[in-house]
Amino acid sequence: MAASMAATQQRLALGAKQATCGPAAWVRPAKTTVSAKRNGAVIPDVILGCVPMLAGSRRVTASRAPQQARSAVLAQAASGDKFDYDLVIIGCGVGGHGAALHAVECGLKVAVIEGHDIGGTCVNRGCVPSKALLAASGRVREMRDKTHLAAMGVQVGAVSFDRQGIASHAKDLATTIQGNLRRSLEALGVDILIGQAKFVGNQRVRYGLPGRVDVGGEVTARDVIIATGSVPFVPPGIPIDGKTVFTSDHALKLEWLPNWIAIIGSGYIGLEFSDVYTALGTEVTFIEAVDNLMPGFDREIARLAQRLLIQGRPIDYHTGVIASKVTPGVPGVKPVVIELTDFKTKEKVDEIEVDACLVATGRAPYTNGLNLGAISAATDRRGFVPVNEKMQVLDTLGNVVPHVYCIGDANGKYMLAHAASAQGISAVENICNRPHVLNHLSIPAACFTHPEVSFVGVTQEKAEEMAKEQGFKLGVSKTSFKGNSKALAEKEGDGMAKMLYRKDTGEILGVHIIGLHAADLIHEASNAIATGQRVQDIKFNVHAHPTLSEVLDELFKGAHLDAPQNGHAASTVPVAAKPQPAVAAA
Amino acid sequence: MQATRVPAKAGVSSSVKAVPSIRAGRRCLVVPNAVKEVFMPALSSTMTEGKIVSWLKSVGDKVKKGEAIVVVESDKADMDVESFSEGILGAIVVQEGERAGVGAPIAFVAENASDLEDAKKKAAAFGVPAAAAAPVAPAAPAASAAPAPAPAPAAAPAAAPAPAPTPVAVAPAPAPVARADGRVVATPYAKQLAKDLKVDLATIAGTGPNGRITAADVEARAAGKAAAPAAPVAAPAQAAAPAPAPAAAKPAAPAAPAKGTTVSELRGTTKPFTTLQAAVARNMNESLKVPEFRVSYSIVTDKLDALYQQLKPKGVTMTALLAKACGVALAKHPLLYAACTPDGNGITYNANINVALAVAMPDGGLITPVLKNADSTDIYQISRNWADLVKRARSKQLQPDEYNSGNFTISNLGMFGVDTFDAILPPGTAAILAVGGSKPTVVATPDGMIGVKKVMNVNITADHRIVYGADAAEFLQTLKSVIENPDQL
Repeated sequence: MAASMAATQQRLALGAKQATCGPAAWVRPAKTTVSAKRNGAVIPDVILGCVPMLAGSRRVTASRAPQQARSAVLAQAASGDKFDYDLVIIGCGVGGHGAALHAVECGLKVAVIEGHDIGGTCVNRGCVPSKALLAASGRVREMRDKTHLAAMGVQVGAVSFDRQGIASHAKDLATTIQGNLRRSLEALGVDILIGQAKFVGNQRVRYGLPGRVDVGGEVTARDVIIATGSVPFVPPGIPIDGKTVFTSDHALKLEWLPNWIAIIGSGYIGLEFSDVYTALGTEVTFIEAVDNLMPGFDREIARLAQRLLIQGRPIDYHTGVIASKVTPGVPGVKPVVIELTDFKTKEKVDEIEVDACLVATGRAPYTNGLNLGAISAATDRRGFVPVNEKMQVLDTLGNVVPHVYCIGDANGKYMLAHAASAQGISAVENICNRPHVLNHLSIPAACFTHPEVSFVGVTQEKAEEMAKEQGFKLGVSKTSFKGNSKALAEKEGDGMAKMLYRKDTGEILGVHIIGLHAADLIHEASNAIATGQRVQDIKFNVHAHPTLSEVLDELFKGAHLDAPQNGHAASTVPVAAKPQPAVAAA
Repeated sequence: MQATRVPAKAGVSSSVKAVPSIRAGRRCLVVPNAVKEVFMPALSSTMTEGKIVSWLKSVGDKVKKGEAIVVVESDKADMDVESFSEGILGAIVVQEGERAGVGAPIAFVAENASDLEDAKKKAAAFGVPAAAAAPVAPAAPAASAAPAPAPAPAAAPAAAPAPAPTPVAVAPAPAPVARADGRVVATPYAKQLAKDLKVDLATIAGTGPNGRITAADVEARAAGKAAAPAAPVAAPAQAAAPAPAPAAAKPAAPAAPAKGTTVSELRGTTKPFTTLQAAVARNMNESLKVPEFRVSYSIVTDKLDALYQQLKPKGVTMTALLAKACGVALAKHPLLYAACTPDGNGITYNANINVALAVAMPDGGLITPVLKNADSTDIYQISRNWADLVKRARSKQLQPDEYNSGNFTISNLGMFGVDTFDAILPPGTAAILAVGGSKPTVVATPDGMIGVKKVMNVNITADHRIVYGADAAEFLQTLKSVIENPDQL
């Protein structure tokens, strides 16, 4: 309480300062940085002693007890030798939220600084609203598939939909989840500060909104996590008008349904939108820079996905080309003109005219304005904040910047919401002096098309490479949804699953699934990888019958190890599969 | 052909075995081993035939030993199938989506470029055009058929009365004039359809924005093409046919005055038929060859009217509701949208329910725009489609397919206060429904009371060669239940 009051007072004081003598505010932080550097990492942690006081009544002492003296910087901020918070998280998306929850769990006093919407991209402009669109449009697709329904003896009349209704569903869902996130933070006593944040020093952050003098302030914290996320990446030459040429941000609002839309990029975002659009009667043209659709996916899975998600739907595609120039049109009047240029030769090869163009070429980190210079760090060429495996920010020389961490899309390690959350938890563990390294190969990924695609670990191509390099025999176990009773009951036998494993040790290298509810099925595999379970451990596990999980059961049972040469090979836990601490995404 | 099956499947389980072809007395005396056949493999012990899911290589691609060249779907799973030989994929015999028995040749691999021609020849010998030859065959009829019989006579009658000499007939003309730059712009679905229906996109003039070819354009072309060779008589007949019934009663009302010809001018003169009138007359005579009969029915419309009032703000029209109701009712009575074959020896059942509705043209003509798939299209979409069709009908921009593909016709004179009338059956269809106005009527209710309900009389005219009394009555019964319980619309 006292601390937050102090913060308020300070905020007011700062407001005055900004108004009257702006430059003065700049001077001190500079000093702080300098002294912080000079003092270096040798000074024992003085702050530790004051933590319980700061964090108030929370179960702090117990969890902090095992801490050893750690390197830290003396607080020379306005608050003397105290910090306003133990942890300040810049950005409250899924990553920041997950980190905040875990930090509170660990007894830290936490504040989040959010400049836009609580929940960030995922909740407001990404995963969450897109799931609402996919759910509604998927239902339309399902109910319009008369032959499929008739095969089950179901007859339906004409199925119609209300575009605005679907759009509202997505918006309402985002609002609900946003509210849930906010309340969950408030309930745990996390302070939510509004504004865009900017480093003043390693442990001091200033925040505010442009053009507003009533919000903003400056806070100090023992540790800071950058979790500013990302924004849609738009390649040069593509003007976004928000009407005929737009990114996922606009598309999620589903303001209109063009008859024909070009989607630039055939990754998760592009695929999911193609699923939504085609279900609602829009024809789609993919424009993909590499020679295959769905780059990054396992080739075999991508081929099957192409059969299930592209062929047989009103979709065509141009591969190996980039949209070098896009001229926006006027809805219903003038088409969008897209110039296609060969990716390799850079020669113009074609020009297409469509009603709208969705740019889904990936996402760019949102790290502008953080003033990383104040902590002697800088973003890389693409704007990502460089970090080490403990999520600690690295300065321009590659040394750890004390007390500053970066998680999620902003560090670019694995741009998925749940990965950000897992990284946040990992960062908090490291902050609490429990060294933790997240195994990114255990993080599942999913694409929520109909049917869904999911995977964890490496692709077969990569696994083959590894096998060659490391000299082990690669095992591939495959199974089809066609043999699964539950899938057949749904008349959804399309799809396959495959597992890549080491034939000598039984280590699971990757699992890929495409088929009904693939996104929900992957976790058995990702948890197995995360906890270092091997094929021979999990193949005796029992799966309820009849369930889709039996697809994985069959996959595990279909894996066969080479007989151990000298008795102990199979029982030795492989080095690479050493159990990693399991990290549960919040 | 039998020779190819001989070496079939000795010990081949999961990979394609390309066996040197043994030419059993075929004409080509080539170096025997230069061209190898790729067989449909047996992927499981129970597999008897397989479906080609996709070719991973296309004709002309180099193929290595052990390289996956095709994905085959068996009764159990889809599998990549590897080549047993090395060379160039010369020809594909079984295309994607097609099936072949286990052991049947599905492609030919040429050892080197000089054997390519040979591979194609062999493929051709199997009766399936090699990939290169494929487009040629279907394209030819497309090009020749398109401008020829179907659209020309069909379009002419509709357009003729217009003062402008170049009316609707322009639309079906294949000249792809729409785009100045000469490019063919077609939507993804249009391209797929064109491939499936074997229509050459270059022969279609797109009606979409900037001359874009849409799926509907391709369907229209395909329909026109199919009609041309199949039913030369039916095509022109049907086009003008829907005219007769309403023509008998309706045109006098809004149409004639619109022309600005006063009655007095016409006194004591004889005017030759316009092309449209001539076509109508011809069809009227034609219709006499069909043994028609009529069945009428009374339907209570209170609920339908309520629904109409409720949906009216959303742009739904009574016409659309009627079309939809008929579409839904027809779905249960395939005979009512079938057709008697031109030779009178059989019944042609139609795949889709296409409801045609008569519309009077401002200059005295009459056209019957078609609401396709009236059973499965939702009511809002029908309303939108109808508004669009009427708009374009009045400006004479309908494609032939949009006014001659109907297989059930509705003529509604209810708005003129007509109680009941009967319509003349358009040749080539099984039935036409004449719809009268809905009027408050005193009725005895089931509970023995006297009530007032809005009652509409409908009268169906049907071709008794295929539709019998009970068939027509049953349909009307279904229609009554649909209209009186309109929630299912």
